Amino acid sequence: MKPELEPTIQALTKTFNSQVNEFRGDVRVTILAESIVAAAQMLRDEFDFSLLSTMTAVDFWPEENPRFEVIYLFTSVSKILNLSVLVQVPGINPSLPTITGIFKNAVWREREVWDMFGIKFEGHPDLRRILMPADWEGHPLRKDYPLGYEEPQFTFNFEEIDLRKPYAKE
Amino acid sequence: MTQLQEVSVDDIKHLVSERAIQGETVLLNMGPQHPSTHGVLRLLLELDGETVVSCIPDIGFLHTGIEKNMESKTYAKAAVMTDRLDYLNTLGNNLAYSMAVEKLIELDVPDRAQSIRVILAELQRIASHLIWLGTTGLDVAAMSTFLYCFRERESILDIFELCSGQRMMTTYIRPGGIWRDVPVEFEAAVRAFIKMFPKRVDEYEALLSRNPLFLDRTFGIGAVSSEQALNFGMTGPPLRASGVKWDLRKARPYSGYEQYDFEVPTRTEGDVYARYIVRIEELRQSVKIIEQALNKMPLGPVRSSNHKFVPPPRSEIGVNMEALIHHFKLWTEGFSAPKCAVYNAVESPRGELGVYIVSDGGPKPYRIHWRTPSFDNLLALPFMAKGVLVADLVAIIGSVDIVLGDVDR
Repeated sequence: MKPELEPTIQALTKTFNSQVNEFRGDVRVTILAESIVAAAQMLRDEFDFSLLSTMTAVDFWPEENPRFEVIYLFTSVSKILNLSVLVQVPGINPSLPTITGIFKNAVWREREVWDMFGIKFEGHPDLRRILMPADWEGHPLRKDYPLGYEEPQFTFNFEEIDLRKPYAKE
Repeated sequence: MTQLQEVSVDDIKHLVSERAIQGETVLLNMGPQHPSTHGVLRLLLELDGETVVSCIPDIGFLHTGIEKNMESKTYAKAAVMTDRLDYLNTLGNNLAYSMAVEKLIELDVPDRAQSIRVILAELQRIASHLIWLGTTGLDVAAMSTFLYCFRERESILDIFELCSGQRMMTTYIRPGGIWRDVPVEFEAAVRAFIKMFPKRVDEYEALLSRNPLFLDRTFGIGAVSSEQALNFGMTGPPLRASGVKWDLRKARPYSGYEQYDFEVPTRTEGDVYARYIVRIEELRQSVKIIEQALNKMPLGPVRSSNHKFVPPPRSEIGVNMEALIHHFKLWTEGFSAPKCAVYNAVESPRGELGVYIVSDGGPKPYRIHWRTPSFDNLLALPFMAKGVLVADLVAIIGSVDIVLGDVDR
């Protein structure tokens, strides 16, 4: 761990009772879901983590509690540091408080996590699907969502496949 | 057959102003098939005359589910898909992915491969910036720049074809090194290019930098301050044009960038013109890096000799039983990575390109997340577009340099 990162980790551990682990130099801090807003605020204002580099989730289906892991990756431009903050979310009615009030790019990042994993963000100003069509069913990056495929149409089976394709015909 | 749901206008009611609901302003659809949106970007514009009141980007038309697809491929096979993300920065994507996998399995890369990676990544940066320069010129009605830029890009693609046989989707940089050593003609071709290119940059500058028409269209348009840019998660040239000196090649040097002497150009204005100046300067710096990397390029192997992870060369397979077993194992089952997660980011022409890999200990990645720079850079568009003319909006989209394959993944 870089020595510059230690005060941040100590403060996070003290305030939010977090667990810390490190792998290949990446420091990951696990905190409780309800303290993510306060933690993001503290990281930005007190420790100068001014950039939310990315935010994503991982699905550990068929585990149910916790099923999802949401990862926030904060970057400090002035001190050249990276810090991942992990939050665990249960599989039934998954939801998290939003951090859009602190980092503007969380607006789209949280929409993406909602679209792909179905994790709701309480208080989000505009929680719509972002990458999938608005009428899409299901959340594609969940592990219980099959990959799916499309059968290629060749000359010999063109019409047969065309008949069962779900698009509008005149 | 699934039931099609009606998508109602009420879904976006909260994004437009009161005046739109009363019918005082006009809602206009721009894209997804529009030449100045640089791909399939749809913008819903609320217009008061010709002024943009609000702009609602709608993305996802190029969503290919690459993250989901990669979960079903072994680490070696998933590398092929990385080219298709940001199709103007294919070698940069290969590099980001390869470095993340190397970090996960702790694989060392030979020095020669590192030098070649740097040269190719910088050539790719120049090629990508040339497309940006050409299309930005087109957007503000400077047709001739486009033709000149594509002429120079062509010679870069010829170099890629020389090494890999492919012009765009090369998958030349792979975990553990590069596919194979560059041909003997490579050095002469790159030297000829870097000898000719600085003069060409002067020509582009002569066409645009002090052109009053270009200045009118770009100066003071779409300005973002440094705090706002960081808060929007912007990286790359748009962030540096706002005055933040943040370049991963300098901040966290990788692939031996610490050996090379180069500047990180910044501006403070944060407008369209500042982004133009920053990218033009980056073209010159890239040439500097390529020249140093060529001079320092050592001889030696270009792929790691750890055959638990990197397939052995063809010549060994016929004579060495162990090599044959490695080859068979790697191309059927693949290698297993330790159970954990890593994040690795490189500086792409558009900003911080990061790969987050979660491994469950098996031969396929459990989850791969791509932190693509265009996604966050595009997010600031509604803010930048507030109160500008539609014609200026086109210049702003051009200056952010989005690639929709990168946004939608």
